Amino acid sequence: MRGRGSLWAWMIFGLGAAYFIVPLIATFEFSIRTKPDMFLAYRQVLADPKFGDGLWYSFIVGVLTIVVSLLIIVPTAYWVRLKVPRLRPIVEFVTLMPFVIPPIILVFGLIRIYSRQPLVLTATDIGSNVLLVAAYVVLSFPYMYRAVDTGLAAIDVRTLTEAAQSLGAGWARIILRLIFPNLRTALISGAFLTLAIVVGEYTIANFLARPAFGPYLSLLGQNQPFQPAAVSLISFGLTWLAMGMITFLGRGARTRVQVAGAR
Amino acid sequence: MASAMTPVSVRDAPPARPARRRPSWSWLGLVPFFLFSIAFMFLPIMFLVVGSFQDSEGQLTLENYADLSTGVIPNAFANSIEISAVTAIGGGLLGFLLAYSVILGGLPRFLRTALMTFSGVASNFAGVPLALAFIFTLGQAAILTAWLKTLGVDLYGSGFSLYTKIGLELVYMYFQFPLMVLIIAPALDGLRREWREAAENVGASSGQYWRHVAIPILMPSLMGAVILLFGNAFGAQATAFQLTGGTLNIVTLVISSQIRGDVQHNPGLGYAIAMGMVVIMAISIALYSVLQRRAERWLR
Amino acid sequence: MAFVELAGIQKQFGDVAAVDDFNLQVERGEFVSFLGPSGCGKTTTLRMIAGFEQPTAGTIVVDGVDITHRPPNQRNVGMVFQSYALFPNMNVADNIGFGLKVHKKPKEAIDRRVEELLTLIHLKGRGARFPYQLSGGQQQRVALARALAIEPQVLLLDEPLSALDAKIRVALRTEIRAIQRQLGITTVYVTHDQEEALSLSDRVVVMNDGRIEQIGSPSEIYNFPATSFVASFVGTLNLLAARVVDPSAGRLAVEGQEIRAAKPISGARSGEIVSVALRPESISLEEGPEGTNRLRGPVVDVSFLGSIVRLRIRLGDGPTVSLDTFNDPNLTLPPIGEAVTVSFPPEASLVLDQPAAAPGADVAAGD
Repeated sequence: MRGRGSLWAWMIFGLGAAYFIVPLIATFEFSIRTKPDMFLAYRQVLADPKFGDGLWYSFIVGVLTIVVSLLIIVPTAYWVRLKVPRLRPIVEFVTLMPFVIPPIILVFGLIRIYSRQPLVLTATDIGSNVLLVAAYVVLSFPYMYRAVDTGLAAIDVRTLTEAAQSLGAGWARIILRLIFPNLRTALISGAFLTLAIVVGEYTIANFLARPAFGPYLSLLGQNQPFQPAAVSLISFGLTWLAMGMITFLGRGARTRVQVAGAR
Repeated sequence: MASAMTPVSVRDAPPARPARRRPSWSWLGLVPFFLFSIAFMFLPIMFLVVGSFQDSEGQLTLENYADLSTGVIPNAFANSIEISAVTAIGGGLLGFLLAYSVILGGLPRFLRTALMTFSGVASNFAGVPLALAFIFTLGQAAILTAWLKTLGVDLYGSGFSLYTKIGLELVYMYFQFPLMVLIIAPALDGLRREWREAAENVGASSGQYWRHVAIPILMPSLMGAVILLFGNAFGAQATAFQLTGGTLNIVTLVISSQIRGDVQHNPGLGYAIAMGMVVIMAISIALYSVLQRRAERWLR
Repeated sequence: MAFVELAGIQKQFGDVAAVDDFNLQVERGEFVSFLGPSGCGKTTTLRMIAGFEQPTAGTIVVDGVDITHRPPNQRNVGMVFQSYALFPNMNVADNIGFGLKVHKKPKEAIDRRVEELLTLIHLKGRGARFPYQLSGGQQQRVALARALAIEPQVLLLDEPLSALDAKIRVALRTEIRAIQRQLGITTVYVTHDQEEALSLSDRVVVMNDGRIEQIGSPSEIYNFPATSFVASFVGTLNLLAARVVDPSAGRLAVEGQEIRAAKPISGARSGEIVSVALRPESISLEEGPEGTNRLRGPVVDVSFLGSIVRLRIRLGDGPTVSLDTFNDPNLTLPPIGEAVTVSFPPEASLVLDQPAAAPGADVAAGD
């Protein structure tokens, strides 16, 4: 069955590829219907300051989300594995909860709580941005924790830590210099997934009245005919590029760290 | 298997401490995590739970829950469940076949990488861009619709519409397939070559191998993945909104319209509906976890 | 006619020959091992017999039937894998009975046969257990039972003990051999562990780099290695570079000390360097009778190995020679640094085809 690709396999792949590519082609075709210049829509989009602003804003928010999320998740996952494995089911459950909450509920709850004393965050821009990042960090928990946990499982955390401790390293140094570098692939994939979620997110950004990419895209879709098609393709292309980079970067780092001797 | 080492904290107690007990402060290391979760996740959820028991004046009531069985709400749940089930099973089946074709079907290696990367992208390509892409493909004025018409197939004439349940299911498949591919790929990888060889060695045909060995081994992963897909579809909102303008009767759209105050201003009802959704999702997640553990044990 | 015949078997992967010119005849009921280092082609050859690889050239005949191009599920050979490969979704009884179920045997027959085999592998009553509940040794026994259940013509084992602990390995290999003798089934066993191969087999096929180096009984392989590879791979061996002094008289010089081989040296002229192989156990720590070979040098190392004590003597400038002597608590051993004389009979020295890898290299291989 493992010859040069059975006919069956090629057919399925072909059909799958067709299903995925056709809408993209259709979108592209639509986006170049502009007259007189085929790429008018693209030009307009790229020239529109709101496109750049929205993308940039979401990108920055995404990076902040990733940083905060990592700072919380990595030490937590590490600590759970090392010191308190009994609490692991609880922590896992908590990280899966964001799946369960509809984003609209999350944002409404956040607004209600943080628009009254003592913590009025919604009144200011900074405050709202903080809320946005916090909400996104929560949304990223399932993916980040899963990625980090899988990464930790692949390296022998306990032995690595003991080796480092016997050489005199303190906790901060262990986490920063030992754990983070060895989790490179896991962190990268978790990070990009989070970025994709943040840039594409609409509901929360909308209700917090933040100038993010999602609301921009939705507004565009309601007002303009051709530009949304162009933007869709651009964002699809960017995401593809990012994913391609993960695969590429992740290629080298997939080695298991051997701490014990020959087995 | 885990090494047979005893934890260091149990042996080799430093002589200075007389009564050696495992320090129970270790959980303190998890405080930042729990604090964050409480502040930005549990409190809003509490708000949801409490709000579902309040009416529009803020008085405590059970009416919201009673109202769950009235009006369009049961239908919304039925629709959501149907859409989620259909796209979960359909997406699951087709995603499995697609993953199988690149992993075990003998196709060139680069196709597998391409499919994985693409799946990573496509599984997130939901919401507005996806809805738009399908409108451009199969909407009334769209390219594929026109092309099919030239072949004699009049989609909209025979009652098809992209803006209905069926249309939404078709659109949802776009992120369900890839999600299935991503989830099931590791399980297919874990299907060890030796199992197939051992089966063939004692005389099993390909079909017998799949029926008695491969599918049973994969079953927990398959079921878990389908359940995850179910939850994923159930919770999707932006895509449906963009496609149907919020008119389709599914749970997520009903919740958002209630809470935004589009219909009667009764957010409490919205919260109650959301609680219903939370329960369904929670059950899905729990089932998924159980199946994952079983799969992990076998595919170790 | 032999029960299993491999003729001219060759396997090419691209332009690399993984197996080349492999010819072997196995008698019915014989236990044959393929022995060699990783990558020598032994597993590939085994897999060709099983049908998981197709030979590029050559034929495989079992009991008169050419099975070279038969699919693996029609060959009736049983295979035991290194990783056990038990089906995790089935319990022990179902695993063992799987082959019979696939052949549509009636349920009672299957149950009976499974019981039979469970008793054979000493796991009676454990039929309901699942693989993950068993130890490595138990899993491998179940794998063996599964392979035997369909009453195959040939039993193939691919490094079945490599994944197990040392003690279990020894116990299990004895059990495997006992079962094989009891059933009288023709068996091919692949391993890189020469101790396993020597202790279990009727005959050993030593392989290197895709080719057969030597086929023979364990005693032949050990005592009369045909090539320097076989000599160095099997057992511990001293491999010394010696200069030929007088080929017709079999006289050689090792680091200036003259020794005599039992036979004239063919294929080498006076002054050439050849390899001389010496088993450590054939050297004694004494002067020896007239006419034996003697070597003299300081002791550089004494290792206590339990029943054996191994001494290393330096000859001349560099090379050392190891000698093994039985442990005797009453015997005082020479201290390190003391010069001693050791002796060995001419018959113990084997002159081999090529010179050692580096002049004076002391290869104590096969550990």
